[in-house]
Amino acid sequence: MTMLKTFFSRLFRSSSPQTGAHSRLTVGEPDGSRVYTSASNDRIIVGASQSTGLERSHNEDAQLVIKGDSAGAEPLPEFGFFMVADGMGGHRAGEVASNVSIRSVAHKLMEESVLHLLDLDNSSEMLPLQELLHTALEEANSAVVEQVPGGGTTMTAALLLGSQLTIGHVGDSRAYIINDSQINILTRDHSLVERLKELGQLTAEEAESHPQRNVLYRAIGQGANLEIDVFTTASPKGGHLLLCSDGLWGVVPDPQIMHVVNDAPHPQIACEQLVQAANFAGGPDNISVVIVRFPSE
Amino acid sequence: MPRTTRQLGENVQSEGDSPDRLQPGTTLEDRYLILGMLGAGGMSSVYKGRDLHFPNVTKLVAIKEMVNLIADHSMHEMVVKNFEREADLLATLSHPAVPAIYDNFSHKKRSYLVMEFIDGDDLEGILAATNEFLPEERVIGWAIELCDVLSYLHNIQPEPIIFRDIKPSNVMIDHHSYVRLIDFGIARNFQPGEKGTMIGTEGYSPPEQYRGEASPPGDVYALGATLHHLLTKRDPRVEAPFSFAERPARSINPLISPEVETVISTALSYDPKDRYPSAMIMKEALISAAKRTGLLSQPSIAAVIAQSDKIEELWSFSCEDEIRGSPIVYEGLVYLGCYDNNLYALDKKTGEFQWKYATEGGITGKPAAEDGAVFIGSEDGRLYALTANRGALVWTYYAEGPIRSSPTLSEGHIFIGSDDKQLHVVNQANGRRAWRVEANDAIWSTPFVENERVYFGCESGDFYCYNFKGELKWRKKAKRGITSSATIVDGIAYYGSRDWTMYAIDAENGWQVWRFRMRGATISSPSFFDGMLYIGCGDNHIYCVDAKHSREKWRYQTDHQVTGSPIAHDGSIYCGSVDGSLYCLDHKTGRLRWRFHSDGPITGTPYISENVVYIGSTDHKIYALIA
Repeated sequence: MTMLKTFFSRLFRSSSPQTGAHSRLTVGEPDGSRVYTSASNDRIIVGASQSTGLERSHNEDAQLVIKGDSAGAEPLPEFGFFMVADGMGGHRAGEVASNVSIRSVAHKLMEESVLHLLDLDNSSEMLPLQELLHTALEEANSAVVEQVPGGGTTMTAALLLGSQLTIGHVGDSRAYIINDSQINILTRDHSLVERLKELGQLTAEEAESHPQRNVLYRAIGQGANLEIDVFTTASPKGGHLLLCSDGLWGVVPDPQIMHVVNDAPHPQIACEQLVQAANFAGGPDNISVVIVRFPSE
Repeated sequence: MPRTTRQLGENVQSEGDSPDRLQPGTTLEDRYLILGMLGAGGMSSVYKGRDLHFPNVTKLVAIKEMVNLIADHSMHEMVVKNFEREADLLATLSHPAVPAIYDNFSHKKRSYLVMEFIDGDDLEGILAATNEFLPEERVIGWAIELCDVLSYLHNIQPEPIIFRDIKPSNVMIDHHSYVRLIDFGIARNFQPGEKGTMIGTEGYSPPEQYRGEASPPGDVYALGATLHHLLTKRDPRVEAPFSFAERPARSINPLISPEVETVISTALSYDPKDRYPSAMIMKEALISAAKRTGLLSQPSIAAVIAQSDKIEELWSFSCEDEIRGSPIVYEGLVYLGCYDNNLYALDKKTGEFQWKYATEGGITGKPAAEDGAVFIGSEDGRLYALTANRGALVWTYYAEGPIRSSPTLSEGHIFIGSDDKQLHVVNQANGRRAWRVEANDAIWSTPFVENERVYFGCESGDFYCYNFKGELKWRKKAKRGITSSATIVDGIAYYGSRDWTMYAIDAENGWQVWRFRMRGATISSPSFFDGMLYIGCGDNHIYCVDAKHSREKWRYQTDHQVTGSPIAHDGSIYCGSVDGSLYCLDHKTGRLRWRFHSDGPITGTPYISENVVYIGSTDHKIYALIA
C-alpha cells in the first residue's frame, strides 16, 4: 500500500504591473521566530523570491517551484521542478512569454515524469530524462512563437529525480551549484559577450560593462532551429542549487551570492537577502532567484 | 528568423516614427529630382534621382539622405561626423569598385550625398533569388575583386582605411558584372593601437571588432564570413556568434572544393594573426585555389599525423591460436587468455614466457587478479583460480555452460556470468558459490559492482541491477543483446547494446537519463575519461561522447568494425579494430597519433601499465608497445 505524503508547494508569481511591488514570502512568524534550519536531515529544502527591481516598471520574469516526496511501499524518490524564465520583447510581450513558457515546460515535465511514475499501472517506458527536457523546451518555444509573436524568454529548468538533476537551458538566466567553499556555474550564457569571453576577446570585467552584454543569440520563442542545452549532473550532497535571472547575477558578484547562500539558516532567507542585495546594488532589472538545499545524507 | 535582443537603441526612434520620406517629384537644390526610393536603413535612406543639370539625357544618381533623429546630443554629433567622413572618404577614393561621389549638401537640417547610381543587385538579393547553391567560380570571382578593392583601401597612405562592414548587402554586382562596394558609412582610418566602440554587423564582424579594434585582418574575416554565407546559404546573423568552425562549408555544400574551404576557414580564424595578414595574400590564395594548383599560403593549422609503421614495439609473443580477449598486468606479469585454451603469464618487461595453464575450452574473457591469485573463466564452463606466480590451480568452480564473460572482483567475491544464463557470485578464497541470479539469456558482459549492487547486461537485451541480497532493484530492456559491460560514474550507468544505442541509466532507480544512437550495433564497453565516454561501434567508428550533454564530440573512422573497447591513458585513447590496427587518438580531438598494424582483427581491450600498451590480436600474438 502506497501512502503518499506529497506536498506541492507551488509558487508561481509574476507581480502586478501597477504596484511594481517587491513580492516577499516569509516563513513562519513575521518576526522570524519560527524559522528553523532543517527539520529533517534527508529532504531538500527550497526557497524562492522575486522582485521587479528598482528601475523597471513591471516584472517580466516568471518562476516555478514544485517539490514532492513520498514514503511507503514503492515510494517515489524525492522529486522537484525548479524554473526561472526572463521574458523580453516590447509591449508586455516579455511577461506573457515567460508565463507561457514556464507553464508549458512544467506541464510537460509533470505529465511525462511525475504523473507517469504515479501511475501504478505504468507499463510504458518513461522518456529518457534528457529527451524529456529537450522536448519540453522545444514545445515551450513553439508555444511562445504561436501565442506571443515578437516575444521571447530565457529558460533555465531543473528536474530533480532521485539524486540526479537534469537541466534544460536557453538564454542567460543561470544555474549554479554552491558548496561550502565554491560557487560553480553549470549553464552557459547564450550571449554575445559570453562568446567573446570564450574566445579571449573580453575579460570578465570587460564583459560586465560591455554595451552589448544583454544581446542574446538564443531565446525561447525565436522559432525554428532553436538549440537547447540539456545536461545531467548528480545533485550536490550538502550543497545548493541556485537558479536566477540576470537581474541577480548581473549585479551581485558570485562570491557574495555564495556567502549569502551558505550563511543563511534557510534557503528562503537566502533568496530574500539576495533580492535585497540586488536592489541595494541598484535593481536595474527584474530579479528572480530559486535555491534548493540538498541534505548531506 | 528574428534575433532576439533585449536592448534596442534607447535614443533612436523606431522606424514607425520616421518623418515623411522625400516624395518622387521633389527637387533638391534645384538640381536633383527624386524619382523613388532605393532603400532605407536606421540612419539613412537612399533615393534614386536624376541630375537636372543634364537636361537632354537621364543622368541617374543615387542620393543618400542622412536622417538624424537622435535626441542625445553627443550621439547626434557622432552620426553627423560619420556622414561627413563618408563624404570625405568617397571623395578621395578612386577605384573601379568604389562608387564615385559627385556632390554633398545640407537641406532643412538633413545631409545628403550624391553618388554614382549603380544599376544592379546586391549579393543578398542575388542569394535570395535562387534556391540553389551559387556556383563556386562565380563566388570566387567576386571574392577576388573584393580582395582587390580591400587591398586598395588597406594600402592608402598615410592611413589605411578599414571597411569594417563587408557583408552581402553591401556588395553590389552591376550590369557589367563588376563588384561595387557600397555604404562606406562606418569605414574608418586605421590607427594602430586606437580603440573605438563596436560597430559592424553582427555575424560578419570579427571578434576583436567588438573591442573596437579594426585592422586589415578584420576585413579579411568579414570577407570570409560573407563567402561562407554566399556558398552555404547559412546566414551567420542567426547562428551562434563566431561558430563558423562548427559549420564547415563543405559539410553544407559538398560542391565546394577543399582548397576553397581552407581559404575560407583560414580567413575565419579567431585570432587575427592566424588569418591572411592582407587582402592581397588572400587574393593570391583564392587564385591558386581557383586554379587548383595547390595553395600559396598554407593554413596555419597543420595536422601532423605520424603514420609511421615503426611504432616502437617492446616485444611480442606468439600463442597457438587467436587472442580474442584482453590482457591484464599484475605484479610484473602479463596475463592473457587465448583460444588455444591456455591462460598465459609473461614477463611484462621482456615478454618472456613464465607459465601457461591449459583449460579445456577457449578463453575469451579478461582475467582478474588479487592477493596473489589470478581468476579466469573458460568455454569449458569452469572458473579457475590459479596462483599468480606459478599458475598452480587453487580451485575450480563449475558453471552450467561456457563462460565467455570476464570476472569482476569485489568484497572478496568473484562475479561472473555464463551461457547458462546465470550470474554467479563465488567466494574468492575457496571457490564456493555464495549466490546466483538468473537472467533471460546468456551473459557475456563483465558485471559491474558498486554500493552492494551488481549491474550486468545479457544477450536478450535485458540489463539488470541486483543488490547483494539477490533482490532485483530494476531492469531495463534494450531491443537487442547487451554484450557491452557497464561503467558507472557519478551515479549513472553507461553501456552499449546491439540495438545501435549507448544508454545512460540512473544507477539508483533505473531511469533512462539519455540514449545516444550510433550507426551500427555495439558490443564495445564504454570507457569514461575527463567527462567523456569513449566507445567502439560496428559502424567502424570510435566515438567520443560528452557524458553530461550526451553530445557527440568526435568520431573516428577505422577500416572495419570496432568491437573491442577503448581505454584512456595520459591524454590518449587506445582502441583496436577488426581492421587489424591498434589506434592511438588524441582524447580531445580524435586526431590520429599513431596506428599499429597487426595481422588479424583486434577484438580485445588494451591494457596500459607504466607507459606500455599491451594488446592481443587474432594473429595469435600479444604485443607490448610504447604508449
